[in-house]
Amino acid sequence: MANKLVGQNYTTPDLVAKVTGRAKYAEDFRAEGMLFAKLLLSQRPHARVTRIDTAEALAMPGVKAILTADDLPSVVEGANLGEGITASSISERGLTMEPLYVGEPILAVAAVDELTATEAIEKIRIEYEALPFVVDPLESLRPGSPNARTQGNVWVRPAPAPPAPGAKPAPPPQPRVQEWKWTEADFAAAGEGQLPLGKTPDEWSYGDVEAALAKADLVLDETFVGANTSHQPLETRSAMAYWQNGKLYMHCSTQSVMRTIGSVARWVGIDAKDVVIISEYTGGGFGSKGSGYVFTVIPALLSKKTNAPVMMRITREDEQYIGRARPALHSRVRAGFRKDGKLLALDGLAICDNGPYDVVGDSRSAGDHISLACQPEAMRWRMITVLTNTPPRGAQRAPGGMQGNSLMAPLLAKAARKLGIDEVALHRINAPEGKASFGAPNAQGRRPYVTSAFVKQAIDKGAELFKWDERKARSGKREGSKVRGVGMALSCYSAGSMGFDGLIVIKPDGRLAVQSGIGNLGTESVFDVHRVAAEVVGVPWEKVDITWGNTSKNVPNTCGQGGSQTTHAMTRAAHAAGMDAVTKLQKIAAQTLGGKPENYEVANERVFRKGGGSGMSLADAARRAIELGGIYDGHELPSTINAFTTTSATALAGQGLMGVARDAYGRDGSSKSYVAGFAEVEVDVETGAYRVIDYVAVADVGTVIHPRSLGGQICGGIILGLGHAIGQKWVYDKRYGAPVARRFYQTKPPSILDVPRMQWAALDIPDPETPVGARGVGEAPVGAGFGAVVNALAAAVGDEIFRRAPVTADVILAALEAGKPMHDPLTANV
Amino acid sequence: MTDVVRPGGVSRRTFIKGVVAAGAVASSAGYLLRTTLVGQGGGASAGAVERLITLNVNGRDRRVDIMPQETLAMTLRYKLGLTGTKIGCDRAECGACTVLLDEVPRYSCSVLTHMARKKRIMTIEGLASADGTLHPIQQGVVEEQGFQCAFCMPGFVMAAVGFLKTHPNPTRDELAHGVSGNLCRCQDYDKILTALSRGAELMRRG
Repeated sequence: MANKLVGQNYTTPDLVAKVTGRAKYAEDFRAEGMLFAKLLLSQRPHARVTRIDTAEALAMPGVKAILTADDLPSVVEGANLGEGITASSISERGLTMEPLYVGEPILAVAAVDELTATEAIEKIRIEYEALPFVVDPLESLRPGSPNARTQGNVWVRPAPAPPAPGAKPAPPPQPRVQEWKWTEADFAAAGEGQLPLGKTPDEWSYGDVEAALAKADLVLDETFVGANTSHQPLETRSAMAYWQNGKLYMHCSTQSVMRTIGSVARWVGIDAKDVVIISEYTGGGFGSKGSGYVFTVIPALLSKKTNAPVMMRITREDEQYIGRARPALHSRVRAGFRKDGKLLALDGLAICDNGPYDVVGDSRSAGDHISLACQPEAMRWRMITVLTNTPPRGAQRAPGGMQGNSLMAPLLAKAARKLGIDEVALHRINAPEGKASFGAPNAQGRRPYVTSAFVKQAIDKGAELFKWDERKARSGKREGSKVRGVGMALSCYSAGSMGFDGLIVIKPDGRLAVQSGIGNLGTESVFDVHRVAAEVVGVPWEKVDITWGNTSKNVPNTCGQGGSQTTHAMTRAAHAAGMDAVTKLQKIAAQTLGGKPENYEVANERVFRKGGGSGMSLADAARRAIELGGIYDGHELPSTINAFTTTSATALAGQGLMGVARDAYGRDGSSKSYVAGFAEVEVDVETGAYRVIDYVAVADVGTVIHPRSLGGQICGGIILGLGHAIGQKWVYDKRYGAPVARRFYQTKPPSILDVPRMQWAALDIPDPETPVGARGVGEAPVGAGFGAVVNALAAAVGDEIFRRAPVTADVILAALEAGKPMHDPLTANV
Repeated sequence: MTDVVRPGGVSRRTFIKGVVAAGAVASSAGYLLRTTLVGQGGGASAGAVERLITLNVNGRDRRVDIMPQETLAMTLRYKLGLTGTKIGCDRAECGACTVLLDEVPRYSCSVLTHMARKKRIMTIEGLASADGTLHPIQQGVVEEQGFQCAFCMPGFVMAAVGFLKTHPNPTRDELAHGVSGNLCRCQDYDKILTALSRGAELMRRG
């Protein structure tokens, strides 16, 4: 590729619509006869609904329907629902007669307007029978303490049954909820402020951890308490649904477009072919809008019940309840270092605050990404995922990875100071390199490894850009009431899946039509990845037309826009489709002009003989493709593509020369991306207030596709992490199980005044295991944002100030005055 | 033009329900959000009584039926179809609904529509010229690819336009303070500032 497009800035095709207000997000749609839905939310943290009296509400003029749990599709325990989902009677369904947290929807009302719906909600009488509840996972592990669910308090994955001789190993059994308590002795054995080390249902290890700890020059034993943090996308997850000719049309705020079909079908209980998703613009998601769930099923079923379009506008407080959150990880880690800073052994235990529903994988992911970022020679990672009567959790940008960073970053910085070595040098000596291993060994004892890592180069480049040595010289020195500190952190995260399809058509007017099933959540990957296809087939960007945001418009099988998959997965798919078109162009040229296909090349809107000579325009080749039919214009399709893509491609057949292919490129290793972050803070030791002055981030994310959107992802991810460092957290009233922090002002994301001047760079070293060289970037920066900031704080005011996040002014001031950490060490949600 | 006042009032209770979060139930505020397309009969609430007023929006007089407790954000979005004004929090916390009232940036979620009578209301839709030429701030955003999901963008742009009317030559820090009443969750604030600064520069050039 000549790289006229890849690696260059450009104006994305959606930008003018966004800046003029024409861009339509889910709640901007209107439909004839549209009704409005409101939710009745539980006021109890755990209860059984014994009676619902809706008579008065239903008698109100303008009230059209009430939806309760009875109206939801029934659950067939253990049924395979597709996309790796197994039906479970204890999974979240959207409405419930046994609310498991304050704010859980019990029923929904549809009325002609929101005011009527709200008034109807007030006229509904509900009787509850209170059940035991718990909002702190550690509390739920105490002997005799309450369980969040009647089934128990901990997610346990039973050990797989040993395979019969000669048989293939069975799939891992489904996790189940059971009671799991630690002993009084476990609690008594922990020192003050230390997390108890009770038994856990899950663990993995490699190497001899105890032997490695024994030979270490420095062993630290650190407890760190995390915070639950809501995603708080600026657009709440509103949705509008209507049915037409048996199909469900869903205008919803979702990160993914094509990949939302399956989840909406599952929740509503209909076939995936009967679901159309429309989402051209989504106001942020950060993992919480990966697909459809509560907020889509309710308007869909209300619409069916009322035979009218239904809009459910989610308020900011509704969003706090059903909008998902990152689970807090509470951890204790013993880490042994050699005197040069090399991490010899790590022994960690993490409690994950799961919320009441399906198991989240953050504790496992934390261990994986710690082992990747720090490369300990031996490691044991123990996990326990505890249910609480708090809103359901979900993946938030670097799920687990970010929490792993938050518990490790302060420990690594402290180790550097104790050993008297430079923090950057410590990160460098432990940094992953090449096909670095990570995570748990498999059944054969082999550990997974990454496709590539050039982390040492990222660290070196960052230290240089940041002028680390210069700034470090003044770190910790007090001037008046102010003291500055510098810190660094390295974070890494998963960065790409594979095996999806690309679909493009070169039209007889020479334009390139690109079909995109990617969601437009602000990352711009919905357009960026298709620059690869345009590049491959030699079409200038001005002649590319992208169709996106509507699954009825013939889009291909596409990955979900989560897990930093898209840039990697869909540049591969775009490349595959582009190469398929090139092959067809070469064949057409050879048939028309003579010679062999391989004598021809494609560039500058033409297919022509290599080294000059005869050729034809892409427009002429497209006309020829339509004449030829068959494989050339999509009337014959490859058997390797997904059935969804086949349907889309069939609808487009005959319009021009079709490039359609599955990404069948190989890959050796797991794709991971890396960010080295450097921060300087200034703390006022008289007030505890601080500000982050400067931040430098250097990313190892493979080939750069679109510099400005890459910068947006890096800097945005860093600031999301910074928010976790400086102030965001849930607060719960333990006595009533009620949330105190429900809105922006109570758990405030960073504002423009909290943000330092930022500088970012990318190594732009292609990943060797993907044809375009590009990996995902959405998640990798978050941990570095958090870690560098808290490490800079510790450098300024000392290592014995905080043992939990966020680190607020009162935490700093109280600890400085007392000479030791003063905040409650182990209580969650305070 | 004289406003047509329809008979009927609104109880204090209904008014509060419409403006402040309804604390009695764990649901939040209700609004009359009937679309102009809806053909159904009227709602049940006493607050559903509307009256016809005139608003000057983006240079045009618009006649619109509004409720006493209706906020400007709701009127703009649901009655006038100006959905570029976004509602992010509905409680003056995020700034996504910022519009100009007589050239001053205001959170339209926290302005009663009645209070906006006889004022010039400018929304994101009214910023570009009739021929489609973008306002310099919009142009700055386009040139720098400012913003990501852009749900906050209309609010930020209106806040910046309003701020620059009184502070035409701000430093980067001053501009940051000028738009600090607006939240962005994609949070590349640095690029937002670069884009708005570029817009300010284009404004100064005329």
